[in-house]
Amino acid sequence: MASIDGALLDFKRLDRLAAGETALHRLDPRAKVLATLVFIVSVVSFGRYELSALIPFLIFPAVLVGVGDLPAGYLARKIALLCPFALAVGVLNPLLDRAVLVHLGPLAVSGGWISCASIVVRAALTVAAALVLVAVTGFPAICRAMERLGMPNAFAVQLIFLYRYIFVLTEEGGRAARARELRSFGNKGLGLNSYGSLLGTLLLRTWLRAERVHMAMLARGFAGSFPTRQEFRFGWAAFCYLLGWSTLFITLRLHNATQLLGSLVTGLFS
Amino acid sequence: MHMADALLSPAVGGGMWAFSAGTIAYCSAKVRRELDDRKVPLMGVLGAFLFAAQMINFSIPGTGSSGHLGGGLLLAILLGPSAAFLTIASVLVVQAFFFADGGLLALGCNIFNMGFFPAFIVFPFFYKKLIGSSPSRARLVSVTMISALIGLQLGPFAVVLETLASGISSLPFTTFLLLMQPIHLAIGVVEGLVTVAVVSFVRQARPEILQGALEARPIGNHPVRQVLLVFLLLAVVTGGVISAFASKDPDGLEWAIARVTGNPQLKVPQLGLHRTLAQLQQSIAILPDYDFKRTAEKGGVALPDKPKQEESFNTGTCVAGIVGTLVTLLLAFMSGFILKKRSARKVYGVH
Repeated sequence: MASIDGALLDFKRLDRLAAGETALHRLDPRAKVLATLVFIVSVVSFGRYELSALIPFLIFPAVLVGVGDLPAGYLARKIALLCPFALAVGVLNPLLDRAVLVHLGPLAVSGGWISCASIVVRAALTVAAALVLVAVTGFPAICRAMERLGMPNAFAVQLIFLYRYIFVLTEEGGRAARARELRSFGNKGLGLNSYGSLLGTLLLRTWLRAERVHMAMLARGFAGSFPTRQEFRFGWAAFCYLLGWSTLFITLRLHNATQLLGSLVTGLFS
Repeated sequence: MHMADALLSPAVGGGMWAFSAGTIAYCSAKVRRELDDRKVPLMGVLGAFLFAAQMINFSIPGTGSSGHLGGGLLLAILLGPSAAFLTIASVLVVQAFFFADGGLLALGCNIFNMGFFPAFIVFPFFYKKLIGSSPSRARLVSVTMISALIGLQLGPFAVVLETLASGISSLPFTTFLLLMQPIHLAIGVVEGLVTVAVVSFVRQARPEILQGALEARPIGNHPVRQVLLVFLLLAVVTGGVISAFASKDPDGLEWAIARVTGNPQLKVPQLGLHRTLAQLQQSIAILPDYDFKRTAEKGGVALPDKPKQEESFNTGTCVAGIVGTLVTLLLAFMSGFILKKRSARKVYGVH
């Protein structure tokens, strides 16, 4: 199925971005994870009718895309693809919440439209932050950072295992799905019967693979955790990164920078 | 299908995070303590299997749509509750990071909705109790079906409660509930059919896998009372939060008005019909040349204290807000662009 291959390619592309060689990539992953968490909490803690104060938060993904040398168009497309889902949830707000909040000359804007727009902006910001975090850090490094921050070791091992085998099994599943599709005509043969056997076969193969993996692990002396090649050090750079961004987010949370800037500009011209 | 960050308040998101993190810690300790290390790779690889399986669709005859495996119940049947919970949670973490499917803050909610219910409610209290030691085919089918349906009714119900408690979406409770539950009844049927198909296949091909998982389950026999207690506690807390929220903020409008006027103690008039009409009349009289009355008439919603709204949201503030937004957007994009140029020069300029 083309969509599985497409999704896998997309996945790999995002994964490969983490191999970049910028100062941001070399920063301690704990600092990046924590700064992203502060960002997300600040963004979602705004009230439902807040719109303008959310805009300055765009600076975080924008700066990281710049410093981390990430493909902005690719990330923007990924974010745009997810916005319809947020819109689907917010789209009923304008119908249900018709109290007029804002007047632009003759145009009255109801609270529902504002909260709907707010939901979409929030979704875009939080999704952008998560994607950028993966792109500049890489999933294994994020797992290790969370482990150092208190995540149980067994769960970290599980995540790293999962990450390792996702590529293998998704390719296998994609091949099986393509084979099924080539052997079926129209919608015939794509039904539940063949689907059940296909997944069952895939499951059995997975099970056998797990047994082989286990033997290979025993042969290599697995003792409950994965040894890592490089240890990260929480240095001054990481400290400044975390402190700087957190200060900025909390300031932006407390003061509406957009409104201030806007009144400054309009005051200049009047 | 996953819940998004944009719909959550930090309190609800954080609370669910704490609960899910606690459950993960509990399951990790349990798995570490009681599991033979053969299951460590098995959990990882089965997680990857679930991930792959969710991408493959099958066509549902007569509807033109397609369905796929959700897999929570299947994993619980294969691995037992603790290991299944960890595996589902890990799949959701990867989906949150790479596909932005559900957000990072919503991760706690999603793990709870899709992992806790199948692993710790449906499997031990329904599936395991009903399935018996050597089930007939009819029994296997019906029990699996019922379990899938229950799991997929509890999950969306939790979604509705979490959304309501967050108060970002203005969907009323009953509407949202009536929207979610029937849809997930259909999804539950699909999930049940798929789980039955896969389990039947495995039972024919390698029955020892299912037998082994059902009988020799060192991780399955957790104290039921403990789980019940946690669930009860959770219900009480959720109920408390919801009822407090519901009594304080019946339709979101009151809250909106308090916010607009900057005065939370503002007395909102009783929303009787005559009162509404009086209010409407008043606002027509005070503001004769605005054309937004239509919304109020159509919606039948009282719009109290229009002049106060005017004061706090006058056109000047509004224009400033919009100009500020545009300038900020420009600045944010410019900063990224300039930094990108610089770092690109740094990388390629050496050659």
